[in-house]
Amino acid sequence: MKSLDRKLLRDVWLLKTQVVSIALVIACGIGGFIGSLSTHSSLLWSRQHYYDTARFAHVFATAKRAPASLATKLRGIPGVAEAETRVVRDAQLSLPGVVPPMIARLIGLDFAHPPGMNRLTLKGGRWPAPGAKGEVAVNQRFLVARGLKLGQTMTVLLNGKLERLTLVGTALSPEYIYATRGGGMPDDEWFAVLWIDERSLAAAFNMEGAFNSVLLRLQHGTSSGVAVEALDHLLEPYGGFGAVGREDQVSDKILTQEINEQKIFGTVLPAVFLLVAAFILNVVLHRQVNAQRGEIAALKALGYPDRDIAVHYLKFASVIVLLGVALGVWLGHWLGSAMTGLYTDFFHFPEFHYRMEPWLVLAGAGATLAAAFGGALAAIHGVVRLRAAEALRPPAPAEFRPLLVERLGYGQLLTPSQRMIMRNLERKPLRALITVAGIAASVAILISGIFWGDAIEWFMDVQFNRVQRAQVSVGFAEAVPRAARWELERLPGVKQVEVQRAIPVRLRAGHRSYRTAITGLADDAQLQRILDADLHAAKLVPGAVLLTTRLAERLAVRPGDTIQAELLEGERIKAGLRVGGSVDEMAGMNAWMRLEDLNHLAREADLVSGAGLLVDRDGERALLERLKQIPAAAVVIVTRTLVDTFRETSAKNVLFFTTILTVFAATIAVGVVYNNARIQLAERAWELASLRVLGFTRGEVSVLLLGELGLEIAAAIPLGFVAGFWLAALLLWFMPHDVISFPLVIYPGTYLFAGAVVAAAGVASALIVRNRIDNLDLVGVLKTRE
Amino acid sequence: MSAPVFQARGLTKVYRMGEAEVHALRGVDLEIFAGEFIVLLGPSGSGKSTLLNILGGLDTPTAGDVRFLEHQLTGADEAELTRYRREHVGFVFQFYNLIPSLTAQENVALVTDIAVAPMPAHEALDWVGLGERLDHFPSQLSGGEQQRVAIARAIAKRPQVLLCDEPTGALDYETGKLVLEVIAKINAELGTTAMVITHNAAISGMADRVLRLGNGRIVGEEKPARKLTPAEISW
Repeated sequence: MKSLDRKLLRDVWLLKTQVVSIALVIACGIGGFIGSLSTHSSLLWSRQHYYDTARFAHVFATAKRAPASLATKLRGIPGVAEAETRVVRDAQLSLPGVVPPMIARLIGLDFAHPPGMNRLTLKGGRWPAPGAKGEVAVNQRFLVARGLKLGQTMTVLLNGKLERLTLVGTALSPEYIYATRGGGMPDDEWFAVLWIDERSLAAAFNMEGAFNSVLLRLQHGTSSGVAVEALDHLLEPYGGFGAVGREDQVSDKILTQEINEQKIFGTVLPAVFLLVAAFILNVVLHRQVNAQRGEIAALKALGYPDRDIAVHYLKFASVIVLLGVALGVWLGHWLGSAMTGLYTDFFHFPEFHYRMEPWLVLAGAGATLAAAFGGALAAIHGVVRLRAAEALRPPAPAEFRPLLVERLGYGQLLTPSQRMIMRNLERKPLRALITVAGIAASVAILISGIFWGDAIEWFMDVQFNRVQRAQVSVGFAEAVPRAARWELERLPGVKQVEVQRAIPVRLRAGHRSYRTAITGLADDAQLQRILDADLHAAKLVPGAVLLTTRLAERLAVRPGDTIQAELLEGERIKAGLRVGGSVDEMAGMNAWMRLEDLNHLAREADLVSGAGLLVDRDGERALLERLKQIPAAAVVIVTRTLVDTFRETSAKNVLFFTTILTVFAATIAVGVVYNNARIQLAERAWELASLRVLGFTRGEVSVLLLGELGLEIAAAIPLGFVAGFWLAALLLWFMPHDVISFPLVIYPGTYLFAGAVVAAAGVASALIVRNRIDNLDLVGVLKTRE
Repeated sequence: MSAPVFQARGLTKVYRMGEAEVHALRGVDLEIFAGEFIVLLGPSGSGKSTLLNILGGLDTPTAGDVRFLEHQLTGADEAELTRYRREHVGFVFQFYNLIPSLTAQENVALVTDIAVAPMPAHEALDWVGLGERLDHFPSQLSGGEQQRVAIARAIAKRPQVLLCDEPTGALDYETGKLVLEVIAKINAELGTTAMVITHNAAISGMADRVLRLGNGRIVGEEKPARKLTPAEISW
């Protein structure tokens, strides 16, 4: 080993705590980067692999009732490779002991011939026997969430008749990787997918020789747009509800959103970490190089070329970076596996392989090395340029000047100790700035990571206490006269009923189109309100439609424009519709009208399709039991169950990310504060020891050194609050927000928590250094000139 | 002569340097009286600094016993030694050890802030002839001026003893004499007991008593017949 390399190893050993603390900051950056992006690529890979092996459809459509003979025409659509038809119906599901009604989605299959697309994976038990009545396979998550066993029976309301179905198998489907009744929330406890013999399902719903669901696979390289148009056209006479491409299929859409979020988390936050690590490395190397001025001069005097000396210090930086990268890869692997584990809670793949791609490691290591070298070179440059003789002389004594406050004439307000602290800060403003920025960054990262809990909490509060205020929502199988509300009002426990009508619709503006529903609200609607992000209620304009801002943007329309509405129900009216306004709602892509106007548009009488109920707490149970007996009440949703499930899932995620980011932020804070304290101590050991000799106590001397850091921490925390707010805003801005756009809500408790964590980390690192102050070599320091 | 300020019996100091043991002091007995001007002479490694450091409360002996007036320094803990230095001892070092971020006056005030009955900082600086340079930072002062600030800082607390380790070691001849004059003046006019370590034998002319150290022991003690003033000595 060359002597210079031996020196390198000894230097590393001498500075081991600092080396490790910087490596840890790098490890957090690399870990976050690799963890998030490998989860991202694992999700992408798992989805692709699953879609390929299960032959997931490209286009989906539902209709009311289409004759089986139409299938041939479907296959003839240009660009279509395969078409399959099936019967799919939703029905109320009951299990003993569960009061709120659950929804079962029944999908008819011919178990003798496996389907050509959306193939299922059997996870347990067996398939229902072909032609067997009363046997079903259930989606795995429902079975698990409800703790069901194979062989158990459950009751389903099939076309007004209660049927007992026996669970014989459990399966996964690419269509329900994310299973939900329709909203954006995980719904494993309340939504079951049941696969049942197609003939018995058709018989139960009078669908023999007919279908109501279509799946298409497209030829390679064909986009879904043309097929969607053609399919809509073919299904129109049969009550088609509008076809959608894969990207608008509920499960895929939510999965895609989550995958994209991973990518943003994996790039924005690690970038901040690497930046901080590069800065600390810069400061530490600067100090290291300056402290070794004499050695550098000696090396130069001995004839070592500048390049060798520069390389020597770059190697020092590389050791730290590589240590950080190694730790980071390990951390990233652990994080990625843990996040993947979290995802398997609500994304259900038959195979979910965690994969870490080599390019991630290379990219992470490359970016960090580049950042570190950038910082290191700046430090090395100045010293290497010195002529040997110059470098042999001690650096000129530190020059100080009176503080700004003193120049302004308020100097007498400060004690000499305070002046020392302030003058040191003023003398090296850049270093102070970097320290403050580093600490502020850790506060900001923490806030930007944990404010999601606040945003979700606020969203839930607004959505379920102010927007959708009904405690129980009922969806009718068919639109019914408004008078149905009187019947609902007579049910046990009902305090208030509010009816509404929703009609599926395809909205068009120029070449843009979007499939959604127009909801008609009564003028005095109280249980369903339209609120913008600032909670201002939007007013419905007579004769016009009010669009969620995101939807208006997607259609590129403004208030006053006219859009084409194709109602996908009843007489399938096509009509121009004036955009009365847009409202910046947090959830959904909604279109709102007055109930009368919507019925008028549909050229129908005073019909309603659903109702929201306010319920007496004591009567809820009786009401829900009663609703299960009413065939017309096809869908019953108890808001509370939705909220509970959502809270449970999000609480777990929020806790995970809060823990991880707390550790990360603390690591940065420790890295910044500790290294700074060490450098300060190294530079001022002589001064501090002199003070100790003069009779200053350990405490008094510590105050001089740590007071400066205390001031920096105190300045950094509020700055971090501001930075955290903007980092959170940036993350939100990057996030996809098709389904929900989360508000930038950060509760005071979050600021407080972030500030406290970072302050505690700062104090902890200060205490470690304090130990070194206590052990200053008083005698030795007097014999040497710094 | 009055009661001894320092009383040491069998002072021994052994340092561990890796595998080796270094005997810096090997049983030193010593008495120093109030108002004395003591010069410690001896080659490098003779134990002068170790002795001074132990008397000044910067170090503790491995064996033996040392008292300052009624204070037992042997066995005192770190906090007690800190208080001892703070209240009774003034130090002057070869490299001045001033705080670069504080002006001359502030460097002195640093000590007067924590002392029991100090003299005002500007008075201490007047004493060393720097009453005009109160607001200069160390980087704006010459070496001799810096050393005089260090002396002012040492005496401002009105210490009973002034311990100087090579106070002229880093200074040129003229400046060195100036600094010695200040030390002599303090000894004479304030009655502060002074101990000065030096390599420079010429300085011993200024002493009441000269202690020669060699190999960790006191190997000689002289009382010059006549105490010279700094102006009378040369080297």
